[in-house]
Amino acid sequence: MAESYTTRLDDALSWARKYSLFTYPFVTACCGMEYMATAASKYDIARFGAEFPRFSPRQADLLFVVGTITERQAPVLHRIWMQMAEPKYVIAFGVCASTGGFYQNYNTVPGCDQVIPVDVYIPGCPPRPEQVLDGLILLQKKIQDATTWVQRRDRKELELQAQSTDGRKRLPVVA
Amino acid sequence: MSKADLDKLVAQYPAAIVSSHSNFGDDTAVVTKESLKDVMRFLRDTVGFDLLVSVTAADYFGREPRFEVVYHLRSMATGNRLRIKVPVHEEEGGPSAEVATVSDLWPTANWQEREAYDMFGIKFSGHPDLRRILMYEEFVGHPLRKDYPKEQRQPLIRRDYSLS
Repeated sequence: MAESYTTRLDDALSWARKYSLFTYPFVTACCGMEYMATAASKYDIARFGAEFPRFSPRQADLLFVVGTITERQAPVLHRIWMQMAEPKYVIAFGVCASTGGFYQNYNTVPGCDQVIPVDVYIPGCPPRPEQVLDGLILLQKKIQDATTWVQRRDRKELELQAQSTDGRKRLPVVA
Repeated sequence: MSKADLDKLVAQYPAAIVSSHSNFGDDTAVVTKESLKDVMRFLRDTVGFDLLVSVTAADYFGREPRFEVVYHLRSMATGNRLRIKVPVHEEEGGPSAEVATVSDLWPTANWQEREAYDMFGIKFSGHPDLRRILMYEEFVGHPLRKDYPKEQRQPLIRRDYSLS
């Protein structure tokens, strides 16, 4: 009985979280225009409960990586992600953030997933606002299904904790 | 349309000009490395090229001299343009080529010469602060040189988030 109660509570929490995403736009390139279009009234990201860009990572739970990440920016992006409060989610916005795009050269990170864990990749150069909203809905589905990276990591930690015999409370899966 | 300015330069420093051409208003003088400073000072003070539009470099890998430093000048009074090129050898036994700075003549050259240094490894002697400007300090080599492998990355950070 108690177990099923906890499960339903998780569902309710996920439902609340997926409809109140506070975004942190890490905008580095031209994809920012499409981000602005998505956020503005015509496409209106507010319909999905993600209308509030917080320009402080500490007040955000969704990191939008919008645009090309250079090798020099990569430590900055990693630090931004580390500063965000959990549970946190990451969307790679556009091909540059997803794979490096056509910048296959000495200065571009081939996808921001080399530096931070990514939940949803939105292709396009740049993606249309419809695609972005599609990606956002996909993320909401993942949050509800508890399949985002942070949720999977937490489950993994709980499993390891259940197996552990030395009484350690949390086991870091990723250093 | 600054053929007249180019002629003035050639008349003043006949020994310093390796070659020059003037096609369709595109006026270029190739100047020896040793006389660059005198030529630039003459062009700024006497001919009136008060604006240095850009300083950049080119790597003609396999050719001697290997590098060319390129300066674009413009006169705000007359609107004339002039291009100055300086052939630079890759130094024997040393990692980089060297040419005199013009940052004391045009302050804008300060950062542009740093960029040319960063990308091509050309040393500007007399430059007040010759550091990398685009790449990070840890970067080894000069990425726009033709012998730099074009996809050789030098990552500052990589993380693996696979959950297994």
